[in-house]
Amino acid sequence: MKNLLKDQVCLVTGATRGLGQAIACALIEQGGIVYGTATSDNGASAITHGFKRIEGYGHGYGCVLDVTDAHSVGNLITKITEQSGAPLVLVNNAGITRDNLLLRMKESEWDEIMDTNLKSVYRLSKACLRGMTKARFGRIINISSVVGATGNAGQANYAAAKAGLIGFSKSLAQEMASRNITVNAIAPGFIETDMTHALNESQRQAIMKNIPMAKLGAPEDIASAAVFLASSMANYITGATIHVNGGMVMV
Amino acid sequence: MNTIEERVKKVVVEQLGVSEDQVTMEASFVDDLGADSLDTVELVMALEEEFDAEIPDDKAENITKVKDAVNYIKATAPDA
Repeated sequence: MKNLLKDQVCLVTGATRGLGQAIACALIEQGGIVYGTATSDNGASAITHGFKRIEGYGHGYGCVLDVTDAHSVGNLITKITEQSGAPLVLVNNAGITRDNLLLRMKESEWDEIMDTNLKSVYRLSKACLRGMTKARFGRIINISSVVGATGNAGQANYAAAKAGLIGFSKSLAQEMASRNITVNAIAPGFIETDMTHALNESQRQAIMKNIPMAKLGAPEDIASAAVFLASSMANYITGATIHVNGGMVMV
Repeated sequence: MNTIEERVKKVVVEQLGVSEDQVTMEASFVDDLGADSLDTVELVMALEEEFDAEIPDDKAENITKVKDAVNYIKATAPDA
């Protein structure tokens, strides 16, 4: 299916690589006008460059955003709105890990995760809601994680933030439903990205044993779910979490 | 040029879908005009646009009646 998102202004945070990159590209392929964010100027131009390689390339722009800075968020939304119109599809994807056993976890490791992975979603969503409310249309898609549902040793901070996103999504979904703004989450399992490449072979084997499909997912598998939630096919879906994990966890 | 009162009333009528005669100065958005909490947030957004003003959240919370809105705008945007 093509042009599911014709001329829809979309914003994807953390689009330099991995899931964010795949999601941004998939939204462009569906006709969206997509802004992908990076933390540096170099990252932003790499995003723009990558977008141009997409077959039937439409509109995609890399831009710099610090998701932990409210001013940076406000400025970007203003810029996008002036250039293309208010972003009505927001994909909150930017995230980091600071894995450690809780006994050894520094307060900074906790705070960085909360600020980048959870509070950023508060900032971005709030900034985009005004335009969405006026348009009587909006799609907010939050990238959670399977560990938000199951927990994971060594990731108390990350799992807490990812579970937090699900509670956030359900609450905001209830607040904004009457304005035709849907808020959903995607909970990826183990996907081939830089984040999972950091795992060693024995960790990989152990994970694989728990995945009925016996393989890691591709970033495109997550991008498909994002396109679906952003499109009119998901008009009546809000407050939901779509698990994309090869059967690893069935909830 | 319409007065501030008239412009506020017009915004309230449009945002809340009420008739003009319901929008008295004493009317409360929630109790008299049937607004819910989200409606009141949107109403403030519409007022900000109408008067090209910024109404901070802590001030917006105190705008519960038509006259509160009129008074706030008169006090903060003398040229409006």
